[in-house]
Amino acid sequence: MKKKIEPYLYLLPGLIILAVFVFYPIIRNLGYSMLSWDLFKGTKKFIGLHNYSKLFQNKIFLTALKNNIYYIIISLIFQVGFSLILAGILENMKNKRLSAVFRTTFFVPSLISLTVIGLLFTFIYQPTGLLNAILDAVHLSGLKHGWIGEEGTAIFSVIAVSQWKSIGYTMMLLIVAIQRIPEEMNEAALLDGAGGVKRFFYITVPNIKDTILMTFIITTSGGFLIFNEVYVITGGGPSQSSEVMSTLMYDYAFVHGKIGYSSAIGTIILLFSMIIAALQSGIFKSRGKN
Amino acid sequence: MKYKTSVYSDEKNYNTYRSLSKIGRAFVLLIPIIFFIIIVYPFIWMFLASFKTTNEIFSNIWGLPGKWQFGNYIDAWKSGISKYFLNSVIVTVATCLLNLIISCMFAFALSAFEFKGKQIFYTIAISGLMFSPIVSLIPLYQEVQALHLYDSLLALILIYTAYQMPMSVMIIFSAFMSIDHAFMDAAKIDGCNSFKVLTAVFMPISKPIMLTSIVLTAFYAWNEFSFALTFIKTKIKMTIPIGLISFQGEMHTEWSVLLAGLVISAVPIIVFFIFAQKYFVAGLNAGGVKG
Repeated sequence: MKKKIEPYLYLLPGLIILAVFVFYPIIRNLGYSMLSWDLFKGTKKFIGLHNYSKLFQNKIFLTALKNNIYYIIISLIFQVGFSLILAGILENMKNKRLSAVFRTTFFVPSLISLTVIGLLFTFIYQPTGLLNAILDAVHLSGLKHGWIGEEGTAIFSVIAVSQWKSIGYTMMLLIVAIQRIPEEMNEAALLDGAGGVKRFFYITVPNIKDTILMTFIITTSGGFLIFNEVYVITGGGPSQSSEVMSTLMYDYAFVHGKIGYSSAIGTIILLFSMIIAALQSGIFKSRGKN
Repeated sequence: MKYKTSVYSDEKNYNTYRSLSKIGRAFVLLIPIIFFIIIVYPFIWMFLASFKTTNEIFSNIWGLPGKWQFGNYIDAWKSGISKYFLNSVIVTVATCLLNLIISCMFAFALSAFEFKGKQIFYTIAISGLMFSPIVSLIPLYQEVQALHLYDSLLALILIYTAYQMPMSVMIIFSAFMSIDHAFMDAAKIDGCNSFKVLTAVFMPISKPIMLTSIVLTAFYAWNEFSFALTFIKTKIKMTIPIGLISFQGEMHTEWSVLLAGLVISAVPIIVFFIFAQKYFVAGLNAGGVKG
C-alpha cells in the first residue's frame, strides 16, 4: 500500500462511470439549451438564452409548471402531513401485529413498478371503470367523471395515484425515525398522564423534526421531477392539460425533435431541484453546527 | 396527576375526557382501516379481474369470476411477458453486481488510504445524488448513440450503475469507516496486498450493508422506467416496465390478458420484499433515498 497511485486505481472505474453518465450529460444539457437545434429541419445555431425567454411565454409550459406546483402542494399535504399522522397512529397502536400488517401493506405500493400501478389505474379511471362503478354503488353518481379523459380532472387523477403509491413510503421513513426515539421519553410522558395526541405533538414530532424535513424535501423535489406517472397514465393529455415539465421536455425532444428548446426545460428542472438540494444541505449543516 | 389539576378542574370533566378519549381512539383507528381498504382493494380487484373474460370485467365488475380463466396468464406469458421478465432479471442482476464492485472499490479507496484530494473525491461521488436522471435524458440519448449502446441492455446496466453508485458509496463508505484499522494492519503484516484486504477483510465484515445496497439497487433497476423507455427500441430487449406499455398497445381490447400481465409483473417484487424487508428498512435508516 505504499504505492501512491493505488487509491486512484480503486477510484477510477467509479469516476469514469460518473463522469460519462452523470456529470458530462449535465454540462452538455446546459450547452444544448442555448442552441436553436431542430433535429428534423437539421438546423443548429447558438441563440443564447432565447429558449428560456420563449419558454416563459409558452402557455403549455406555464400549464406544465402549474401542474408541477399542484403536484408539490398536494403531495406535501398527503406525503408529509397525512403520512405523519398515519405513522403516529400506527406507532401508538396497542396491537403491534395489526400495526405491522398495516405498515407493510401501506408500503407495498411504493415498491411496485409505476407501469403496473399506472395501467391498473387507467382501468379504474375508465368511464365504465371501477371508480365510477363505486360512485354509482354509493349513490353519488353526480360525482362521476371521465377522470383521465377530462381536462379538468386529468392532472388531479394522476396526482391521486402518486399519493396512493407514495404515502406508505414517507410513512415508513417517519416510522423508522419514531422508533429511534428513546423509550424513556414516552414512558415519562405516560406517567405525566399525557394522552396519545399530546404525546404525538410534544414528544414524537419534535424528536423526528429532521426526518420530517427530509420527507418535505424529497417530496418537493419529487414534485419537480415527476415523469413516469404522467407519461403512463395520461401521456400529458387530453389536449396537453396534464403535462408536467418533464413530459413536455420528452415530447419536444423525442416527438418534435426540438433538442435545444427541450434541453432548456431540462435545465429549469435541474435548477429547481438543485435549489431544493442546496436548501437541504444548508439546513442540515447549520443544524450540525449547533 | 398533573392533568387532572391543570387542565380538568373537577372529577366529572376528567371522566368525560377519559371516555371521549376512548371514542377518540376508536375513531383514530378508522383512519388506517379506511386507508387499508383504499390500498388493498385495487389489488384484489386486479387479481380477480385477471381471471375474468374481458366482457365479464365490465358486466360483473364486483364479483368473483364466473369461471376462472387461467388461460389469461398463459396468454400473457406467451405473448411477450416471459421475454420482458428475463431481460429485467439480466439487467437487475448485472446492475447489482457492477454497482457493488465499483462502489466497494470507491469506498475502499476513501476509507483505507491517505491521499491527496480524498475529500474532493468523496464530494464528487455524493453530489451525484443531487442530479436526477430525467434532466440528463436528452444528452444521454446522444451519448448512448455515439457509444453504440443504443437499444442494448448494456446501456441500461451502465446508466443504472452510474445513478445508484452515489447512494451505495455513501452507505458502504460509512460501514468501511467503522472497521477497526487494526484488522487491516494485521492483514498487511500477513503480507496481504490491498485487493486481498478489500475482499478478505472489508467486504466480509460489511456484509449487511452490502446486502442493503444490493436490495435498494435491485428495486431501482427492476422498476426503472424513463431510461428504458428512451434507450430500448426493440421489443425483445424491453424490460418489464416498458414491455408492459407496448403490451398494452397490443392488448388494448384484451383487458383480461393485460391485467394478468400486470399481476405477473407485480408478484415477484412483493415476494422479494417479504424476504428482503430487513435490508430494505436498514437502507431507509441509512440513506432514506427514494426507491
